[in-house]
Amino acid sequence: MHNATIKDLSMQLAARKISSVELSGHFINRIKHLNKKYNCYITLAEDISLRQAKAADQLRAAGKGQPLTGIPIAWKDIFCTRGWLTTCGSKMLSNFVAPYDAHAVEQLNGAGAVIIGKTNMDEFAMGSSSETSFYGPVRNPWNPDTVPGGSSGGSAAAVAARLAPGATGTDTGGSIRQPAALSGICGLKPTYGVVSRYGMIAFASSLDQGGPMARAAEDLALLMNAMAGFDARDSTSLERAREDYARDLGKPLKGLKIGLPKEFFTQGAAPGVMKAIEAAMAEYRKLGCETVEVSLPNMKLAVPVYYVLAPAEASSNLARFDGVRYGYRAPEHSDLTDMYLKTRAQGFGAEVKRRILIGTYVLSHGYYDAYYIQAQKVRRLIARDFAQAFKRCDVIMGPTSPTTAFKLGEKMNDPVQMYLNDIYTIPANLAGLPGMSIPCGFDEKGLPVGLQIIGDLFAEARMLGVAHQYQLATDWHARAPAGIE
Amino acid sequence: MIPYAAPIFKVFAAVMALKLDDVKRVAHLARVAIDEAEAQAVLAQMNDVFGLIAQMQAVDTRGVEPMSHALDVTQRLRADSVTEADQSAAFQSVAPQVEGGLYLVPKVIE
Repeated sequence: MHNATIKDLSMQLAARKISSVELSGHFINRIKHLNKKYNCYITLAEDISLRQAKAADQLRAAGKGQPLTGIPIAWKDIFCTRGWLTTCGSKMLSNFVAPYDAHAVEQLNGAGAVIIGKTNMDEFAMGSSSETSFYGPVRNPWNPDTVPGGSSGGSAAAVAARLAPGATGTDTGGSIRQPAALSGICGLKPTYGVVSRYGMIAFASSLDQGGPMARAAEDLALLMNAMAGFDARDSTSLERAREDYARDLGKPLKGLKIGLPKEFFTQGAAPGVMKAIEAAMAEYRKLGCETVEVSLPNMKLAVPVYYVLAPAEASSNLARFDGVRYGYRAPEHSDLTDMYLKTRAQGFGAEVKRRILIGTYVLSHGYYDAYYIQAQKVRRLIARDFAQAFKRCDVIMGPTSPTTAFKLGEKMNDPVQMYLNDIYTIPANLAGLPGMSIPCGFDEKGLPVGLQIIGDLFAEARMLGVAHQYQLATDWHARAPAGIE
Repeated sequence: MIPYAAPIFKVFAAVMALKLDDVKRVAHLARVAIDEAEAQAVLAQMNDVFGLIAQMQAVDTRGVEPMSHALDVTQRLRADSVTEADQSAAFQSVAPQVEGGLYLVPKVIE
């Protein structure tokens, strides 16, 4: 049951071959049995999950089932889920039971999906390895000595280990795509504004975007159909007509122009990664696509720009955690200022504090123009590069991450090395473009390689079709880590 | 693993260099208590990061509009009417300390 895709499970539920109570119970049992090994879940709430499953079965019985009715979904612990502990991977929120649902949660619950658990993540989504969590590091199912990527590493590992058929993540600088790549699954970061940020704990508001993670592109399309949509409570949510993200899945690829940014192919990706990417390009050519060289000349500036904008916005967003209205409060303090100082010193981990300090510095008096405004200007240059590139191609492809999964602890003491993991993913966030990662092979260590597909604004349906056609011709996405049957 | 990275950035880091007092000052502005040892450790790491950031400071951006939003949309307006129900009890149920509908904090006025 746990090896089936969401689409298969949906058909089995529709045919009443299985019930959601059986299916959800099966995943809960697997999680109880295997979570010790991977640490991908922070919280289970079996009673809530099974209540939802029962309601889903009743909907199906009444003929009111939708594609996701009864499907268990793992939620990154950054999404507020009413009645569930919602920690964001932080001690600061280790006692926070969300009093309301995020918009994306409402949408999937409304479609009858079951919340199977809340997944582990880098604290406040700040990281590329899922090691900064207050709840301990997540381990990669392909090799438990390595990281699953981050920050949505718990969701990625859960899907890879068959502890959920699908999951959600958020992507500020690559946090859906990079863990999808390192964990050998599929993940999509939609165009900025397509999925509401309401109830998604804010990190860097001009970049944060929620999206789906699963084992097949067609499953991502099913999840997108429920997750996307206008929401007045998010001031940057886009008012657009509903669309069917599965509409291009069957579209042949003949004549599709794939842009290959030369900077993606010359800047430092590991040989094992490049070999798999080249093989994927050969496969796409076999499917009738044409590859053309394009250029993103300002790409090397993306990481520096991001490490001004994201910490600046984070330092502002995280000012709300002061021990007054929710979350942790330091037990001992002399006065109000001391309470703030100690609450934040004790409640936040090292990486979060580091980013708050960087952000506070770049926004402080005398530095704002030199850092924040300059970064916003360079951001526009990067966005313009993409606009130029898309005049010559339909989609852009390249590696998702410069390396495959690295060892736990390897980059924890060197923030700059950790930040460079996101060199290929950050540009799409800065430009607001949709980006996805799909499995396209393995390196010499047997670790999965992710192929990144970047589309123009609102090109998600086309990108999902481009991914799905590749997945019809190859089986990388269907491979399971050793020992997981 | 990423061979081009480290050496280039160290050069910039030497040029920039924040001082320990800068770290202590921003830590206080951000209301994060920090001790001497922690400040020392963070200083080195912040200088590495600012070394990275220095690359974008050299770029000529004269005449370029800052980009604050990916799609350059403007703020949506709505009618000035009540849309939210009163949920103060639910929201206060997760607060560290409340009394009579008020959030309690240490005394600020003598």
